[in-house]
Amino acid sequence: MAHHVLDMPVSDAQVRALKIGDTVTLETVLFGIRDATLIAMFDGGRTTRFDLKGHAVVHTAPNVRKVDPRPGNSCPYEAVCIGTTTSMRVERFTRPLMQREGVRVIIGKGGMGQGTLDALRDLGGVYLAVVGGAAALETTWIESIEDVDMDDLHPESLWKFRIKGFGPLLVTMDSHGGSLHADVNAAALSRRDAILGKLGAAERTRA
Amino acid sequence: MQLDPNEVEELAKALYVRALKLLPPDIKRGFERLSAAETDATARTILGTMVQNIAVAERTNNLLCQDTGIPIYNVTIGRNVEFDGVAMSEAIRRGCERATREHPLRSSVVHPITRKNEQSSCGIRIPIINVDFDGRDETVAIEMIPKGSGSENGSFLQMLIPADGAAAVKRFVIDRVIECGGRVCPPTIVGVGIGGTSDLCMHLAKIAATRPLGTTCADPEGAKIEAELSEAVNELGIGPQGLGGRATSFRVHVEVAATHITMNPVAVNIQCHSARRAVGLITPGGVSFI
Repeated sequence: MAHHVLDMPVSDAQVRALKIGDTVTLETVLFGIRDATLIAMFDGGRTTRFDLKGHAVVHTAPNVRKVDPRPGNSCPYEAVCIGTTTSMRVERFTRPLMQREGVRVIIGKGGMGQGTLDALRDLGGVYLAVVGGAAALETTWIESIEDVDMDDLHPESLWKFRIKGFGPLLVTMDSHGGSLHADVNAAALSRRDAILGKLGAAERTRA
Repeated sequence: MQLDPNEVEELAKALYVRALKLLPPDIKRGFERLSAAETDATARTILGTMVQNIAVAERTNNLLCQDTGIPIYNVTIGRNVEFDGVAMSEAIRRGCERATREHPLRSSVVHPITRKNEQSSCGIRIPIINVDFDGRDETVAIEMIPKGSGSENGSFLQMLIPADGAAAVKRFVIDRVIECGGRVCPPTIVGVGIGGTSDLCMHLAKIAATRPLGTTCADPEGAKIEAELSEAVNELGIGPQGLGGRATSFRVHVEVAATHITMNPVAVNIQCHSARRAVGLITPGGVSFI
């Protein structure tokens, strides 16, 4: 259960060193992506001008304020509130996102499924859990919005954030087949029958 | 009292922003209760982060969660109130739009088929405006609920049959809570509707999910199931964010309606831990917040 500070982007070795139960803080750069962005990229065949190789993406669509470009930042947005959305809806995009764009780190909430776990193992990736709904806090980890692509999908654009101390995040799915989400789900299922029995709600058995 | 549409518009705007920033006191107390009972180390850390977030949102005057939700306005009109219903609904819509543009807020609302976002938090039949009546004199109460999608996607309806009994109702709730796991942002309020027609049953589940903590189902049989299921869901070990622990839910809430002799419907609608809601009152003396 080690703590790691990762300056993005990262190498294959850095990602594979992470194990479930470890904690991670990210530095420098983070990309924001979600449903409409991924649908456009992988069902619609769109490409991005951003280089995502070795980078981290967070499942998000932020609240932003339109601003005039400032010295040193040509992006016309500043952050209002940035938080994390449920990851499971974009389950089928994990593998293509890693394969085509080289993404190594997925940040989200609620966990992802077997397809993602397989992709993390095959392609060297990791899933980091944010505390969902804690967006006011998460926003304080973001220094600025550096750039935005595919903004016709606003707010589900592809966002580039400048970050400082983004974390701690919990490694809940790793490249070695470990998934805390699957473990908790299996434990809940194993308790189900006893709990239903106590409620007098067990399945009827045929006489 | 004559209801002034301008007052309604300003209140509808203020309530959206207020709901997104200030968590109701009953939910804050709910966090204290869950934190005191939690023994799992990861779960305790996660609950601590959630409580910290509530304080950060207040200190930085920011939104609790980035999900601005589907806007719902529940309007309750008392006695001796004169109002133009069409003007009132239009005023609520304008207030919702203005909150989105002027704060600004993320518009989370799209056309269901084209997926086009009007960037106004409004669309066909959205915001949802429910109108009801009560006995309060010269009072209009507006409750605003920004219903987040992570938990709204945890919505289920099953048209069970009488032979399945109440046992199947309970089993349905437990199985749906297991199925949702961490996706619905636990700790949750599990809203359960029992009875009615399919649409009423689903609506009951929403009323239950958005009812303040500390309230009980008015029907004694519903209240009994509420108590049983509240205990049961926190024995599943799903925990905050689905990462293990006791605190899967603040509470299971049940609402009931009479149903048909051939029917036994059950619905589940889940509310995430960012259980946001704000209420404003319009009286002859002006506007106040509860």
